[in-house]
Amino acid sequence: MNLTRRDTLKYSAGAAAAAMAPLPLAANTPEILAPSETFDEALAAFTGGADMTEGGVDIIAPDIAENGYIVPIEVSADGASAIVLFAPKNPLLRVVTFNFGPLSAVSSAKTRIRLAASQELVAVAKMPDGSFRTSKRAIEVTIGGCG
Amino acid sequence: MARVKPRIKAPKKAAIGEVITIKTLISHPMESGQRTDRNTGEIIPRKIINKFVASFEGEEVVTFDMDPAVSANPFFQFDMTFPGAGTLKFTWTDDDGSIYEAEKKIEVG
Repeated sequence: MNLTRRDTLKYSAGAAAAAMAPLPLAANTPEILAPSETFDEALAAFTGGADMTEGGVDIIAPDIAENGYIVPIEVSADGASAIVLFAPKNPLLRVVTFNFGPLSAVSSAKTRIRLAASQELVAVAKMPDGSFRTSKRAIEVTIGGCG
Repeated sequence: MARVKPRIKAPKKAAIGEVITIKTLISHPMESGQRTDRNTGEIIPRKIINKFVASFEGEEVVTFDMDPAVSANPFFQFDMTFPGAGTLKFTWTDDDGSIYEAEKKIEVG
């Protein structure tokens, strides 16, 4: 095969583009939950099926959330390395995963979430020794925040 | 698309070893991928910020993985032990691969 300078440029540009194209996606592939995932499956994905102790995770949230699009919520578990929050009645039930690094002082975080319906939130905390703690918190939602 | 604008609230000065509270807010629609377009009946594709990382001088403070249930314009508040003067760096990663960054300098005082 006789490659001219022009051809070489053309092919290499194509190859480079082909090599580059999937990269931005591959570099950022969020683990997307399937809507069909059940609560047990989502939980097992985090705990690996380990036993959990009840209590030890604080969930601070309003008893009644008038607007399901913005529900302020705070979770804390002393010394936890990660806390994951589930909303079992949401179409996608995992809400957010908080990972606390070495500089994090108190394992607590505050955010705002969407809730589809009145439900019992579940927070699961992973402790540095590999054990898990869990707590529940019921929230009444007046207007659902999905769809 | 509206411009994504990060906002940070953290103390300018802190004592070493002090626990400081940091608040962040970023403007982003956080399209959940659950809504349908009223005119066409098609599902509006998901486009959310899926990761938020805060680090101080290269050391991790917190990493938050978000799912579509996080509200639009995601707000976060967390605590950190202040190890000494330095810069707090924040990165938000979008589903489309864009990265939004912000920094905040904190001095000993």
